[in-house]
Amino acid sequence: MSVGLSQERLDAKAKVTGRCRFTGDLALPGTRIAKYLHSNIAHGRVVDIDTTEALAMTGVEAVFTFADIPRIPFATAGHAFNLDPAARDKEDRLLLTDYVRYHGDEIAIVVAVDGLTASKALKKIKVTYKEYPALLNHEQALDTAAMELHKGSANQVGEHSYQCGDVPAAVASADISLKGQFQTQMVQHCHMENHIAWAYMDDTDHIVIMSSTQIPHICRRIVSQALDIPMSTIQVIKPAIGGGFGNKQDVVLEPMVAFLTKKLGGVPVMLELTREECLSSTRIRHPFRVNVECAVNNDGTLKALAMDVSSNTGGYASHGHSIAKAAGSKVVPLYPNAALSYQAVTHYSNLPSAGAMRGYGSPQLVYAVESIMEEAARKIGMDSLDFRLKNVAQTGDTNPLTGKVIESAGIRECLIKGRETFGWDQKKQEHQAFKSGNIRRGLGLACFSYGSGTYPASVEIAGARMILNQDGRVTVQIGATEIGQGSDTVIAQMASERLGIPVSAIRVVSTQDTDTTPFDPGSFASRQTYIVCQAVAETGDLLRQRILEHASTMLELPVEQLTISEDAVFNGDKTVRLSLNELALDAYYHKTRGQQLTAEVSRKVTTSAYSYGCTLVEVEVDIKLCQLSILGIRNIHDSGKIINPDLAAGQVYGGVGMGISGALSEELLADPETGWIYNNNLLDYKIATMMDSPDISCDFVETHEPTAAFGNKSLGEPPLLSVAPAIRNAILDATGVAMNQLPMSPKALFNAFRDAELI
Amino acid sequence: MKQIIQCQLNGKPVELVVDVRQSLLEALRSHGLTGCKEGCGVGECGACTVLIDEVPVDSCITLAIRAEGRVIRTIEGESINGELSPVQQAYVDAGAVQCGFCTPGLVMKTTSYIEGLAQSAGGCCQSGSNGINRDDIRREHAGNLCRCTGYQTVVDAVEKSIQYYSGQK
Repeated sequence: MSVGLSQERLDAKAKVTGRCRFTGDLALPGTRIAKYLHSNIAHGRVVDIDTTEALAMTGVEAVFTFADIPRIPFATAGHAFNLDPAARDKEDRLLLTDYVRYHGDEIAIVVAVDGLTASKALKKIKVTYKEYPALLNHEQALDTAAMELHKGSANQVGEHSYQCGDVPAAVASADISLKGQFQTQMVQHCHMENHIAWAYMDDTDHIVIMSSTQIPHICRRIVSQALDIPMSTIQVIKPAIGGGFGNKQDVVLEPMVAFLTKKLGGVPVMLELTREECLSSTRIRHPFRVNVECAVNNDGTLKALAMDVSSNTGGYASHGHSIAKAAGSKVVPLYPNAALSYQAVTHYSNLPSAGAMRGYGSPQLVYAVESIMEEAARKIGMDSLDFRLKNVAQTGDTNPLTGKVIESAGIRECLIKGRETFGWDQKKQEHQAFKSGNIRRGLGLACFSYGSGTYPASVEIAGARMILNQDGRVTVQIGATEIGQGSDTVIAQMASERLGIPVSAIRVVSTQDTDTTPFDPGSFASRQTYIVCQAVAETGDLLRQRILEHASTMLELPVEQLTISEDAVFNGDKTVRLSLNELALDAYYHKTRGQQLTAEVSRKVTTSAYSYGCTLVEVEVDIKLCQLSILGIRNIHDSGKIINPDLAAGQVYGGVGMGISGALSEELLADPETGWIYNNNLLDYKIATMMDSPDISCDFVETHEPTAAFGNKSLGEPPLLSVAPAIRNAILDATGVAMNQLPMSPKALFNAFRDAELI
Repeated sequence: MKQIIQCQLNGKPVELVVDVRQSLLEALRSHGLTGCKEGCGVGECGACTVLIDEVPVDSCITLAIRAEGRVIRTIEGESINGELSPVQQAYVDAGAVQCGFCTPGLVMKTTSYIEGLAQSAGGCCQSGSNGINRDDIRREHAGNLCRCTGYQTVVDAVEKSIQYYSGQK
């Protein structure tokens, strides 16, 4: 039995000893270094670019501009290919541009023998711009007189709406209704390993790309499209990844390194972004403006939620409107019994390009919805937790958007468990003594629902391959990509569970290589454990069967009497033992019987399971100092069966930590006139340090999800979703001040407290 | 301009050929010690932390030539004969490793911290007995950024390191 145990990470020792190799650790001798020339304006056109001096420098091998690149627009979003052309991502990028759409846009690239030479050469390139007014927000971008950032787009990337139930009627018949507007900020992933990729050619037409990517197979397809070369001539290899959080679910550097090595006769060329480039010239989280109306009855029944979203995707679409679309659909399973309406528009602007980031639009929407829910509870004088208990989904409810039954919903149990273990009622009593004066205390709560994978928006497919090695151990290859979350380890546990052999006898190949790895779109949408489990379980069953069949031949016993346990095959009463090592040697080397024992399964999944959870938080606010302290924060999750409790807790701690950081301090700042980015470095862009991070606690309610092989549901993204609104609600509880814009930094608190005349 | 420097690297005397403009991080990495990582290149994130004469430094903003005559410790020298150091074992046991990119820098910082504690306490380094709490640990490690863990298990790992280190003594 392996599933459900806190198996140590397979890569833990490699990582604490520094032996684990990341993309930059594998560079070949003589690898050339490429560096981008980024625009220093947010909107305009390059009217002249002179690269003569740069090209003349010793050590500079090439300089390319817009004039040199293929004119093939491509989409960068890491989505599986869609057979429906209308459902495909916006193809709005070229390798380089002469039309500048944000501060940091890529207008030229230098290749040199080393980084220093490349950096010096960048300074020798002379650029003349014609500058245009920057379009930064909804009003500016969607003004009918606004310049089009992409021809024919009217600066709109997408829009859609849905309605579940009769919202206007529900609002009209409800006892009360209230409205709010919420604004979220530009946030960046800040994975510790910056974007990096390098490529070389090992034949006249074969390109090898090594990249820090969450999506090797998708990456290969997009490179093929962007350069118009056959997919099979491209090999993408993914070694260890230093975090991604969605930012590496975009094809950012790979088409360029492939282009460069091809241009330079196959020599290895590397692009490694600096932190500054990574912060503003890769992807960010979409800022959302959400208008939401909430209607409730005095008995606490939620009658309706009407949500209106404007999502800002910046200079290029990247994941574009998919973000607002996904966010809208994932909120429905939380309150499926209310009337719900949602309309959303995504627009371009002259801000950095927004893409996928942990939560994929949900953190922004959950912030608005759970804030207005808090306001509603207060308005009718009901405890926030009781109000949620009355309205959240239960197993067996129908998701009105899909018409499908919610097979497992543990949110009520999460709330009940949270109430007890966090001491919600007791703290609420104690806080009565902290509602005036300079030091105030408050409690906050927020809930979420989320999906597991992307179906039905995209295909969900996963592949696994298992091989019995000559020593009786098993090698597992999967298309799913380990990016730090621990997927290799839980996949080993699943394989162990089905094969009957211990995790220590299983080697999971962590490197994905599109030439050899089974197909799988990659790591995103909290999909891997849920989607991959079916393929892994079936592959395990198949290999187990083949092992037992060979044992049956060797032992001359019926298969039904045999079983695998630890490192051997046994008969029913364990009087006969055949070690897997002996069995494997026989299968490989017996002159007449057997073969290499392998199994491979590729499986499509046509379900999505909803995971649930909530954040409970206790804060203390020093009014005069505008300082917030988190006294306690606890996330309770329903992610179905937990495959590995320690790794699961690790995901929760990390997600909550990132949530706190995004709620309280992170904000990529753009000049409101010019769109110039002020703080694209880790000193001025404030991700939480250890000093800023409180102790975090978590708990799980283990439901059984019948659509997953092990009863499991998503967990990677969910821990972040409810953190910001819970903190916002706690500040409201402590001070009476509603923070309806993120981040809730000391500066924002100062302005809000001053407006409320608290200071 | 190239220069030859001599230093002690993970217990062994070495000669390194370095460009005078090179950072210690670049010099170590081109010497094959790729355990130290660059997360920012300007001393903000701590992923490149190594010890020079037992003092933790950001090797990305330390010139390689400054290593002349010094004693350098990197992550590659911390496990001996396949045995993890107490700090490395503590990070594994506490589940403080996720993507692992910040881990080598953190392990080096914690190593210097607990060895320093042991020294100041005359060889005794016990959590609680010398008044080390989780906030002290956070303050000491404020120069090392991690984006995966929310730091929860990293603080746990440092507490465990103190236990393991004192247990080993």
